[in-house]
Amino acid sequence: MNELSRTDREILNILQADFPLTTSPYRDVAKSLNLDEDEVIARIQAMKKSGLIRRIGGIMDARSLGFYSTLCACKVPEQRIDEVAGIINQQKGVTHNYIRDHEYNMWFTLTAPSQDEAMQILKSLQNDAGIEVISMPAKQVYKIKVSFEMSETDAL
Amino acid sequence: MPYDSTDREIMRFLQGDIPLESRPYKNLAERLELSEEEIVLRVKKLREKGFLRRMGAVLRHRQAGFAVNAMVAWKLENEEQADRAGKIMAGYKEISHCYIREVPPDFDYSIFSMIHVKNEERLAEIIEEISLQTGIGKYIIIRSSRELKKESMQYF
Repeated sequence: MNELSRTDREILNILQADFPLTTSPYRDVAKSLNLDEDEVIARIQAMKKSGLIRRIGGIMDARSLGFYSTLCACKVPEQRIDEVAGIINQQKGVTHNYIRDHEYNMWFTLTAPSQDEAMQILKSLQNDAGIEVISMPAKQVYKIKVSFEMSETDAL
Repeated sequence: MPYDSTDREIMRFLQGDIPLESRPYKNLAERLELSEEEIVLRVKKLREKGFLRRMGAVLRHRQAGFAVNAMVAWKLENEEQADRAGKIMAGYKEISHCYIREVPPDFDYSIFSMIHVKNEERLAEIIEEISLQTGIGKYIIIRSSRELKKESMQYF
């Protein structure tokens, strides 16, 4: 990632914070940076290929859409990690799952159309995996930010 | 009805990776028998109504130069501390998410913050600052050691 140019960083900042809501967003990004649209698209393509950009699209708000989400954690014996991860990860609505260095070593997020459905899913996951899962839904949200400013001084 | 079936189709399109083309909404517009302008107008409305939190690029933290990504959970000594602490944490650009969660009695650490920084020194610095400002002395850093799953939520 060391060769990420100033132009790439400028493109990334716009793509994250100011994505044009127009019929030709990349042309508008190009215009604001005095570049050619084809060049902008090629640069974005390269940043997707390198893995820096996961995707370009919409980030929905689960709560506004009426969905329920919760952070879950469980204690999984070392030798059962892959097996239990297999059970949990195949569940629709489980979007993130990490091994963390804590007594509760497996942490995953679950989003479901309602609280009832989420509880049902957790119940069956617990049954299928034979483990106990704790659920920690947010009761107060102070911040959800999903963009990162790529400043010029950032040593990438 | 907060959103109609056309909005659903649009959100189904947006929750994925939209085409990296000069006119990314062209095919969708044809399929839905709408103009591209109408699609964009609906996208804007979805954002105004809060269903769409953001439109744009989603990056992979690690590859964006944020080598240290830590979940830090803080222990509240009293409920009155919560709001002030949440607001202080939310003020950090290095903190992407900050929530107060319902936690089981044996867990005890209820304010969760996700911190993304370039190195361990900066992480230690931020934690110390927050601790001083909020008066919260007890916290745990819950680091991830393995990613088992990470994908975007498919709502529709």
